[in-house]
Amino acid sequence: MNSIRKFFDKARPAFEPGGRLSALGSVFDGFETFMLTPRTTSGPGSVHVHDAIDSKRTMIVVVAALMPCFFFGMYNTGYQHWLALGATEFPFWQLMLYGLLAVLPRVVVTYAVGLGIEFAFAQWRKEEIQEGFLVTGILIPMICPIETPLWMLAVATAFAVVFAKEVFGGTGYNVVNVALVARAFLFFAYPAQMSGDKVFVATGTALGYGAPVADGFTCATPLGQIATHSEGALALTGVDGHALTAWDAFVGLIPGSFGETSMLCILIGAAILLFSGMANWRIMLSVFAGGLLMGWVANTFSTPLYPASMLPAWEQLLYGGFGFAAVFMATDPVTAARTDTGKWIYGFLIGVIAVLIRVYNNGYPEGAMLAVLLMNVFSSLIDWCVVQANIRRRMRRLTAKTSES
Amino acid sequence: MKIKLSKGLNLPIAGAVDDVTPHFAAVTRAAVVPSDYPGFVPKVEVAPGDAVKAGAALMFDKRHPEVKLVSPVAGKVVAVERGERRKLLKVVVEMSGDEAESFDITWNTPREAVALLANSGLLAMMRTRPYDVVPDPEVLPRDIFVTAIYSAPLELPLSARIKAEDKPLLDMAAEFLAGITTGKVYLSHDSSWTLGGVSGAEMAEFSGPHPVGNAGVQIAAIRPVDKGDTVWTLDIETLRRIGYLLAHRTFDAGAVVGVCGPAVSSPYVAKTVVGAEIAPLLSGREVSDGRHHRVISGNVLVGTAIKDDGYLRYPYRQITIIDEGDDIDEFMGWATFSPSKMSCNRTFPGHFLKRLFKPDARLLGGRRAMIMSGEYDAVMPMDIMSEYLLKAIIARDIDNMERLGIYEVAPEDFALAEYADTSKLPLQHIVREGLDYLRKELE
Repeated sequence: MNSIRKFFDKARPAFEPGGRLSALGSVFDGFETFMLTPRTTSGPGSVHVHDAIDSKRTMIVVVAALMPCFFFGMYNTGYQHWLALGATEFPFWQLMLYGLLAVLPRVVVTYAVGLGIEFAFAQWRKEEIQEGFLVTGILIPMICPIETPLWMLAVATAFAVVFAKEVFGGTGYNVVNVALVARAFLFFAYPAQMSGDKVFVATGTALGYGAPVADGFTCATPLGQIATHSEGALALTGVDGHALTAWDAFVGLIPGSFGETSMLCILIGAAILLFSGMANWRIMLSVFAGGLLMGWVANTFSTPLYPASMLPAWEQLLYGGFGFAAVFMATDPVTAARTDTGKWIYGFLIGVIAVLIRVYNNGYPEGAMLAVLLMNVFSSLIDWCVVQANIRRRMRRLTAKTSES
Repeated sequence: MKIKLSKGLNLPIAGAVDDVTPHFAAVTRAAVVPSDYPGFVPKVEVAPGDAVKAGAALMFDKRHPEVKLVSPVAGKVVAVERGERRKLLKVVVEMSGDEAESFDITWNTPREAVALLANSGLLAMMRTRPYDVVPDPEVLPRDIFVTAIYSAPLELPLSARIKAEDKPLLDMAAEFLAGITTGKVYLSHDSSWTLGGVSGAEMAEFSGPHPVGNAGVQIAAIRPVDKGDTVWTLDIETLRRIGYLLAHRTFDAGAVVGVCGPAVSSPYVAKTVVGAEIAPLLSGREVSDGRHHRVISGNVLVGTAIKDDGYLRYPYRQITIIDEGDDIDEFMGWATFSPSKMSCNRTFPGHFLKRLFKPDARLLGGRRAMIMSGEYDAVMPMDIMSEYLLKAIIARDIDNMERLGIYEVAPEDFALAEYADTSKLPLQHIVREGLDYLRKELE
């Protein structure tokens, strides 16, 4: 402990204003507070003791909750790649290694770009480095297809961090979910590369590991297959043409964005978030309720014109990014509704709109991203209405009193 | 009237007083610190060297000269301390003799009754809603709320402060107050109350965790404050002091002080006077572990950090000593699973342990924007949308402050929220500034 303290004490002068490395002052401060709990104490007239929870722990717990999905994503990336190669044996550690090598550059690129921008803004504003990007930086590679080119990830991350977060004032002030803005940027800016049936399965070598899949290989995600389904009974198939069941989708061995496929791992993450109190159960529950209700309505009035309406309601929840959005995206406290009643409405509408877009807009096979972004924008309005109810209660009390006297 | 509150939090902090038998503490000096009395703009009436009786005015309020702060003891004024721009910091009196000011206890109208309270220094011991300030003697209160619940961390039980023999004083004082208000005198107590009904007061029994003892919470549950209302709040000891004034014509400056906290070697109850110097109270009681300590006059949620040669501050009930914490290096404290961390959060094992903690004064994190939602409301048993009210205050948006209920709150109502806040924001300070701003703008 003392040696770490000494190290920071010795290095500090160079980072202070006027020092040789003063341009990196915020970065130094960030590392110091990461390694050693700050000695800052409460003011003489404020609350003298504080809860041990802080923003760093909050963010790290969310990252930990994402880890089951992340590790499963590694396995699934390898598994889909092996399937695409026509393999019949799936050696666990080789699959994991391939997945790791495939995703690692993406994680490195998003963190490097995002944290670089965060550090620069913190230095510019003379603020402490905020921890928000710790979560965003791992979310972005997890919600993007594995074959997204690195330069696109870098551009999308930079766009999202600057225009969705920093221009609003940084962590805690953003209106919409930063990771989803990055995803939406990719979706709308590079539609040719980012949708369709080529990007969701790793087809190249990962840092030289694995083998390239033959040119012309395509495999759509289940939702992609549904959206382009034209006639006959709906039959979902995997990379090698075998039929996909709802169980495959629950476990997550289907093509899809890196971290989103496994409902099982998402539920483990949800349990961690709810136990630790980092996400709100009202939002999670109501997103699923909204999705189920809309899925049931769509399924009740199912028509071949909208093939996704032929899925039973509960299967809607298993495919695409629905579960991931419900558990990790909709619950972002900064962009979600902040009042309790507002959370019910906000979550419910996300669930409804996600399935609505998925079913009735053939142009977009998946609606979870757009639903969350849309409700992010409306969450303040929902809260406003809820707060008005509180205000009206107070006003009524006042008018009742004045009419009395 | 029985009211049960569920929201709130009792902080499990070590260092409570076991034996409430008071020990007489011999002090030689006492001080009056005007900044303890928000809304009171002091003008000194005495000079160093003046002899004063106990209960004699030391200073008055520039805006309402009849409102006085009085000397708790008889003796000689030894210092009138001023700070920057000649701001009055405190008046110190050295004790000698036992001469006491005898007040003229006659009144015919509510205003004359208020004048008696103002003149004897007891009005300044009360607070108002809105604004949490010393009452304006020209405004008669809608209701008066007396709290007999001491729920803050490490507070002494009621039995250490109020005895059965005080009952006649309480009756007398409550009837006196009932003559002042146009409404009622409400007395809030919990199940530890054994004195039965107090004449002149409407009794309300509360149960629940802290902040159940906060007047603001009790008012919100009994009869909320609206725009245009003024209510007074006081604690049961001040009520007893009013009774004492009526019965004995003198100011009762006795104070029962719990000396407690994790950095006190043997917590005890001191019997002393209002504004007493604290060094004699602490002698030999502070743990000598070579660490920096923080001496708080008050409790860990609402109190003032003072030096160990300082003076007891309003409301003169408690001294808590904790570790300061600025001499501790903790490696990656945010990642800890140490069971000695106190937290509302379930990722800390300590949350599940039935144990007492020894928290220090560190923020334990960096200051951030409001990120987590609902954290404040979870510990606030009032119908207040606290995040929105705080934002309106920060934005100095008077319309929304009013609409969101700023007239119902005092800084202390946000103390637990400030404790629990992940973003480590100074909520009490924000509310205090908002109340002062609003009062200035609307006057």
